[in-house]
Amino acid sequence: MELLIYGIINSITLSLISLGFTLVYSISRLPNFAHGALYISSGYLVWTFLNRVGLPYLPSILLGIGLTSLIGAGIYRFILIRIRGMEISEIIATYAIGLAIIEGLRWGGLRGMTFTLPSFVSGSVRFLGVGVDYQRLFVVGIGLITFLLLYLFTHFNKIGLALRGIAQNERAAMMLGINSDMTAVISLAIGSGLAGFAAVLILPLGSIIVETGYNVLIFAIAVSIIGGLGSWGGAIVASFIIGLAQILTEAFISSHFQMVIALLAIIVTLILKPSGIFGRQKELEERV
Amino acid sequence: MEMTRKERIDRGIKVRTEGIYAISSWEEVLYLAGPRLVLILGLLSLPLVLQVAPYWKRVVNITCIYALLALSFDFLANYVGLVCLGGAFFIGVGGYLSAIFNVYLGFPIYLSIPLATFLGAILCTFVILPVLPLRGVYFAIVTLMYPLLFTRIIEAFNILGGTNGIAGVESFPSPWVEQYLVILITLIALFGMRRLVNQDIGLVLRGVKDNDQSVRASGMNITSLKAFAVFIASLIGCFGGAYLAHLYMWAGISLFALDFSIIPIAAVVIGGGGTLTGAVIGSFILVPLSEFLRFAGTFRIVIYCVILTAVIVLKSEGLMVYFQRKYHQRERWVKL
Repeated sequence: MELLIYGIINSITLSLISLGFTLVYSISRLPNFAHGALYISSGYLVWTFLNRVGLPYLPSILLGIGLTSLIGAGIYRFILIRIRGMEISEIIATYAIGLAIIEGLRWGGLRGMTFTLPSFVSGSVRFLGVGVDYQRLFVVGIGLITFLLLYLFTHFNKIGLALRGIAQNERAAMMLGINSDMTAVISLAIGSGLAGFAAVLILPLGSIIVETGYNVLIFAIAVSIIGGLGSWGGAIVASFIIGLAQILTEAFISSHFQMVIALLAIIVTLILKPSGIFGRQKELEERV
Repeated sequence: MEMTRKERIDRGIKVRTEGIYAISSWEEVLYLAGPRLVLILGLLSLPLVLQVAPYWKRVVNITCIYALLALSFDFLANYVGLVCLGGAFFIGVGGYLSAIFNVYLGFPIYLSIPLATFLGAILCTFVILPVLPLRGVYFAIVTLMYPLLFTRIIEAFNILGGTNGIAGVESFPSPWVEQYLVILITLIALFGMRRLVNQDIGLVLRGVKDNDQSVRASGMNITSLKAFAVFIASLIGCFGGAYLAHLYMWAGISLFALDFSIIPIAAVVIGGGGTLTGAVIGSFILVPLSEFLRFAGTFRIVIYCVILTAVIVLKSEGLMVYFQRKYHQRERWVKL
C-alpha cells in the first residue's frame, strides 16, 4: 500500500515536471533543453524573494513563476526566433542556454549553504495506514487541478485553441490568421511557467540543489519520449510507468538504479517505437 | 538614396588553381599550399615553441583530443546528418578499454592504444547501431543519454573500479612521443577526413544527410552507410579516450563528463560547421581560452555557452567559412 501511494505521488510529481517540456514540444516543435534550468532557477528566484528581499511566501511564489515564464518567453523572442526550424541549432542553443543558467547559478548563488523552501502547511496525515505529509498531498491535488485547467484552457479558450491549431497543422493555422511566432512565445512562457510552478510545488520536499536541474531535464525527456513527444495523455501515462517503476526499484533493488531505469526506458522506447506509447504515427519524420 | 549591393568575385588565382594541379607559377602553388602549410607546420612546431612553458604542452595535448572529438562531431553532424551529443561516450569507451587492456590484462602501451581504438570503435558502433534509424532530435537525445547511462551503470554495479576508477595506467615512454603522437594523429585525422568526404562514399553520405529517402530509393542501405560513418567518427573519438587514459595514467567516470560533449560542439560552431578544419581551429581557440579562465571555476561553462549561443544566433557561418571567403574572393560595392 505504501509503495502504491508513494508511487502515485512520485508519478504525479514526474508528470508535473515534464508537463512544460511536453507542452512546448507539442505546440512549437521546440525541444526546450533549458527546461531543467528554468525549473531550478524558479526555485532559486522564489528563495531569493523570500529570504533576500523579504517578501511574504505567496507573492514571492507568484513573482518567481512570473519571472520564469518571462525568461522562457525572452529565450524564444530574442534567441530561438532567429534559428527556428534549424533542428541542430535549436538543440544546441537551448542546451547551451540551460547549461549557462545552471552553471551560472552554481557559480553565483547555489553553493555553500543549503537552500530550502518552506512547505505550505507542515504536518502529515495518515491515509489508508500510510503517513503522508501535507506537502505531498498538495502536490497531488494541485497537480490534478493543473491538468484539468490545462485541458480546459486548450479546449475552451481562444488562445488555447490557437495553440492547438498550430500544434496540429502549422500552415493551415497560419492561413487562418494565427501568428506562429506569437503562439511559440506563449507556449514557451506557459511551458517555463509550468516548470517554475512544478519547482515551487516540489522543491519544499527537499533542498534546492543545482544537479536537480540536470535530473529534471532527463526525467522530462524520459517521460515525454516514452509517452510520445508531443502527446499529453501519453506523457501522463508514461510518468505513471516511470514513477511506479522507480519506487519499485528503490524498494526492491537499490536507489542507485533509479536513473538507470529512466535512461534505459528512453533508449529502449526510442529503439522499439520512437513515436512513444501514444504518439501519433509519424514514421517518416522520426525514423528512416 | 543610392542603392548599392555587395558583389563577391572569385580571385583570378583561385579560378586558375582550383582543381587544376598543373603548376604554372610559384605564386599559385603557394596560394594553394600556404594555408595548409601554415596549419601543419604550426601544429608540428608547437611542442618546440612551448619548450619554454611546459604547462602549456599539456594543454596542447588536451586541445588535440578536443580537436579530434570536434572533427568526429563535425563529420557526423554536417556530412551524415547525425547530431551526436555524446562525444563523451567515445572518450569513455576508449579510455576504459585502454585502461582494462593495460592494467587488467597487462598489455604494453603500444598494443593497448590501437586495440582500445579499434575495439572501442566497434563497440560504440554496435551500441549506436539500434538507434541509427532515428532522426534529428531523437538521435541527439539518445546519444546524450548514453554517457550518462554508462556513468550510472558503473556507479550502480560498482564495476571497473566504481567511482574511484582504474589507476596505474602506463604512461608514455617519453614526452616527445606523448606530444607528437596526438598532434600527428590530429593532422592525419583532419586531412584523411577531408579526403574521405570528397570520395564517392563522402558524396553518398552527404546524400544521406540531405535526402535519405532518395539514397534509399537508389538501392543503398542507409543504416550500413550510417554505421560506417559512426565507426569512423568513433574510431577518432576512441583514440582520444585511449590517449587520455594513458596521459592521465587513470581512467574513471569523469571520462564520460559533459565537457567532452559540449566543448567540441562549441568548437565546431565557432570554427564553422562542415569545414572540418574549422573544428580543429575552433578547439585551438576554445580550450586554451578555458585555461585562461581557469580561475573562474564553473563560470567558464557559462562563458562558453554564451559564446556558443551568440555565434549560433549572430554569426552561424563560423570563423573558417568567413576566412575562406575573404581568402578566395574579392568583395566590392557596386551601384544598382
